[in-house]
Amino acid sequence: MNILSLFVLVPVLMILFLFVCKSMQQIRTVMVSGASALMILAVTLTVMFLQERAVSNAEMLFTSSTMWYPSLNIAYAVGVDGISVAMIVLSSIIVFTGVFSSWNMNMAKEYFLWYCLLSVGVFGFFISVDLFTMFMFYEVALIPMYLLIGLWGTGRKEYSAMKLTLMLMGGSAFLLIGILGIYYGSGHSSMNLLEIANNLHIPIEIQRWVFPATFLGFGVLGALFPFHTWSPDGHASAPTAVSMLHAGVLMKLGGYGCFRVAMYLMPEAAHELGWIFLILTGISVVYGAFSAVVQTDLKYINAYSSVSHCGLVLFAILMMNRTAMTGAIMQMLSHGLMTALFFALIGLIYGRTHTRDIREMGGLMKIMPFASVCYVIAGLASLGLPGLSGFVAEMTIFVGSFQHADVFHRILTIAACCSIVITAVYILRTVGKILYGPVQDSHHIGLPDASWYEKVSAVGLIVAITFMGMYPSGASELINNSLMPIIEKLAII
Amino acid sequence: MEYSLFILITPFVLFLLLGLTGHKMKQNVAGIIGTVGMGFAAALSYMVAYQYFFVIGKTAGVFQEMIPVSFEWLRFTEKLHIDLGILLDPISVMMLVVITTVSLMVHLYSLSYMHGEKGFQRYYSFLSLFSFSMLGLVVATNIFQMYIFWELVGVSSYSLIGFYYTKPSAVAASKKAFIVTRFADLGFLIGILILSYYTGTFDFATLTANHAESVVTSMQGLSFMGLSVAAWAMALIFMGGAGKSAMFPLHIWLPDAMEGPTPVSALIHAATMVVAGVYLIARLFPVYIFAAPEVLTLIAYIGAFTALFAAIIAVTQTDIKRVLAFSTISQIAYMMVSLGVSGYGGHDGLGYMASMFHLFTHAFFKALLFLGAGSVIHAVHSNEMKDMGRLHKFMPVSSWTFLIACLAIAGIPPFSGFFSKDEILSAALHHDKLIFFTMLFVAGLTAFYMFRLYFNIFWGKEKAYDSHHKPHESPALMTVPLIILAIYSIFTGFIHFPEFISSDSTPFAAHIEWMHVAIPSIVVALTGIVIAFVLYFKGSEKPVQIAKSLGGFYTATVHKFYLDEVWMFITQSVIFKLICKPIAWFDRHIIDGAMNGLAWTTQKTSASVKGLQSGQVQLYVWVYVIGSLLIAALALFL
Repeated sequence: MNILSLFVLVPVLMILFLFVCKSMQQIRTVMVSGASALMILAVTLTVMFLQERAVSNAEMLFTSSTMWYPSLNIAYAVGVDGISVAMIVLSSIIVFTGVFSSWNMNMAKEYFLWYCLLSVGVFGFFISVDLFTMFMFYEVALIPMYLLIGLWGTGRKEYSAMKLTLMLMGGSAFLLIGILGIYYGSGHSSMNLLEIANNLHIPIEIQRWVFPATFLGFGVLGALFPFHTWSPDGHASAPTAVSMLHAGVLMKLGGYGCFRVAMYLMPEAAHELGWIFLILTGISVVYGAFSAVVQTDLKYINAYSSVSHCGLVLFAILMMNRTAMTGAIMQMLSHGLMTALFFALIGLIYGRTHTRDIREMGGLMKIMPFASVCYVIAGLASLGLPGLSGFVAEMTIFVGSFQHADVFHRILTIAACCSIVITAVYILRTVGKILYGPVQDSHHIGLPDASWYEKVSAVGLIVAITFMGMYPSGASELINNSLMPIIEKLAII
Repeated sequence: MEYSLFILITPFVLFLLLGLTGHKMKQNVAGIIGTVGMGFAAALSYMVAYQYFFVIGKTAGVFQEMIPVSFEWLRFTEKLHIDLGILLDPISVMMLVVITTVSLMVHLYSLSYMHGEKGFQRYYSFLSLFSFSMLGLVVATNIFQMYIFWELVGVSSYSLIGFYYTKPSAVAASKKAFIVTRFADLGFLIGILILSYYTGTFDFATLTANHAESVVTSMQGLSFMGLSVAAWAMALIFMGGAGKSAMFPLHIWLPDAMEGPTPVSALIHAATMVVAGVYLIARLFPVYIFAAPEVLTLIAYIGAFTALFAAIIAVTQTDIKRVLAFSTISQIAYMMVSLGVSGYGGHDGLGYMASMFHLFTHAFFKALLFLGAGSVIHAVHSNEMKDMGRLHKFMPVSSWTFLIACLAIAGIPPFSGFFSKDEILSAALHHDKLIFFTMLFVAGLTAFYMFRLYFNIFWGKEKAYDSHHKPHESPALMTVPLIILAIYSIFTGFIHFPEFISSDSTPFAAHIEWMHVAIPSIVVALTGIVIAFVLYFKGSEKPVQIAKSLGGFYTATVHKFYLDEVWMFITQSVIFKLICKPIAWFDRHIIDGAMNGLAWTTQKTSASVKGLQSGQVQLYVWVYVIGSLLIAALALFL
């Protein structure tokens, strides 16, 4: 059996085991062992992949394909390159730490059922190379979100859940149009990405309307301006681990999709129409950062910060050169890890203080030193401190984008660079307000610091962030070599 | 010289060790581990310096650059990659000595000064982090490595300014310092991007080789808005340097940074980090002079203005640390001016040499001043001059060492400051008379405000000290560093600097120009000291009267010419209220409103058409009949 299918199989098995669980103890055992298995699998996959790649120069490794709907050429086709491996590693880390961050959920069984289903969708999406299967997993990942937010959320949860789902479904509608366009445009003989990319050609007239539809469809999930407004409300209402998973992994589905489907299959249109999206993403980067400055709810700050950081991902993808694209994928990893850490800590703080309003908190460093130090580290990663993941990702993007031969692109890069200052402003404002200074609310005195399971989650993420920040060439090389096929395709035009 | 790597590794390991396990250690243990480690790094630095200058020495009449360690850290493109390594050349070796010496003194001093503070271990771990970053900055082999450590230095400075994190003013100051320098770093980053785009390298050696050939040729003839692209790039890089080195108008963070513990101010905000900007310009000096000479002129004028501006403010401040802060700004501006007026090669490069010389001597006497101020603050528990007076008899060691430092900064021979400042003035004299006279005047002001400080603290009127808490001399752990630094302040001036450091690494001879420079500057300095003596030695009412007669100008100076208010207005009113708030409003109401509006329209539409799906057969038949009749009618008449 293909190792890749295990990534889908493990969460499915977890679901089955969860059905027979009787106690909280058992549920936790299932979840922790399942999530650990996924982690181990991800590490094994990375090692195997690196070994395999050393001897093979195939575009995708571990490929296999089983037709399951022949009349439309839909197959369960899997395969990975360095980029999908990086995404799978990221997902496994977030799924693992998310389990620890939802240690004390009520209705745990149901909650984790949806949680596992979401994981099925996420992993399935990253391993698929068949357009329709990919789309199917994409939907599988989105639907549980509605219930997870609607049932376990806080605040205006019904409204947010509805808004998030509807907006993303709207995106999916475009996406479906896009996928069908690609399928019929390429001569309706295959749904396989590699097949279409290498052997078939989509006429430019069709690309002109399919590319925007696809890019937009995935872009909604990647928080593309002006379709990002599901993000602040959605995150604010979602329970901790769901926010982690959503910002950490689901938003990456958007970037990954734009890259793998829109850019890869339709390079001509990308060249022709890329500038429109480039401007939109450029706006996202700066606009998100400015919006974050005035927010008072911790989750809103983070949601807007995500708009800005994810904007940078799409921005770099559209720069269409190898360095910038490497940076884009690194930024996905980095953003996934640090937002997950942020949301884990916000959940922790909210669970104790019962507020997320920064005006009602102060001096938490004295009360919960461990959580606060972690928060500062997350903040520093976010504002791009060297040695943590954010720096290497952003610098790769900036240097890469600036290599673009066109002056317009270089000027846009300079504009995007400005976000590093604004990021510093909102991060330090938040940190200074809630962690430093005198204790604001005397009820907060004596609140307990992080429990062991919260520590596992935070430390796990910090280790990953530091590892990537200190040893960036690992991630960079893993990604860089796999970019060749797409760069070649983009360069031919 | 591979062992030079341990100069960097030691503080980094200390940082991790103290940061992760410090809270389990006893305070003294943590402090001693930190200090011993720093001592080790300092010993290594001196070994490197000895070996570099005296054992290996010159090859073909010049000190050669050496890169004992270097590896690729992150590859961007075929040509552009970030390497981490160690570059040894005269200025980096000199910086190693300066940083480790001052850092060791501060480590030692803090054992006593910070004793019993909550977070003592944290303090030491941040000191180690800072030392690591600063050392990494000076040995950078390429501009991106420098940028990396530049940012790390910024963060360690942030955490040390905000060391007393429960104090709102400290938190605000640390935030301000970080954001202002971050803003400047944006310029630095863009400058790097432009420079590397055209030259295809980050490497200092390649950038500066053969009179900056790579920059000059790759950017030939390119201009943007009336300035050459090379000038833009170098001006933007200078912006980064101006942020760290507190040049006008980016200096506003430095006075506030005095919220940090005093030894930190001595290390970071006087001797080492704030000269990073000067060091950066010096590192890229050939590029400046050959590719963007107009920027160098700009640097000279900004420097001269900053020197004057800061010195005027320093005269009216009453918080002793703030006086020192403005004096630091003013002295760093001297170094900038010196680079700005310098030429290249041999004696023409006098300004370059003088700048590095002043950087070297200034580090010791300024650290001494700050540590001395710390000793005084420790004794009287106040930063304000009005709470001090006649301390000479209580704390003789502090007083004598402070006097030495004051003489050094005022430029009285044979103290170190005289020699370095004299060379700067010489360089200015041959370049631009206006700058020369400005700097000469500032020299007089410097002497005046330093001795105003000295007389006010150690002489003047005795204050009513609490009889139980009579001020007393600080313990040996604090006075020994003072004495050591005082020795440095006396003797470092005698080092024949042009022998070791010059713009093209070729030694040259420099002489003191007694008639045109040295004697006027001594006269000016002595005048400043005498005025200070008359006004403050005995403590008189005259200063108050003079202040009154100056009226508005005096008030404006006390308020630092209202620049803080201007910045506050820009950040609070313009950026926050006019940019961020409207954007957030736009997002919530227009963009999100459109989405909600879409949902609302869908709902309304479906509500209004749902009557059609009533399920009543009579209605359907009715519509069917009418519809058919209408179609029939249309078909008939058309």
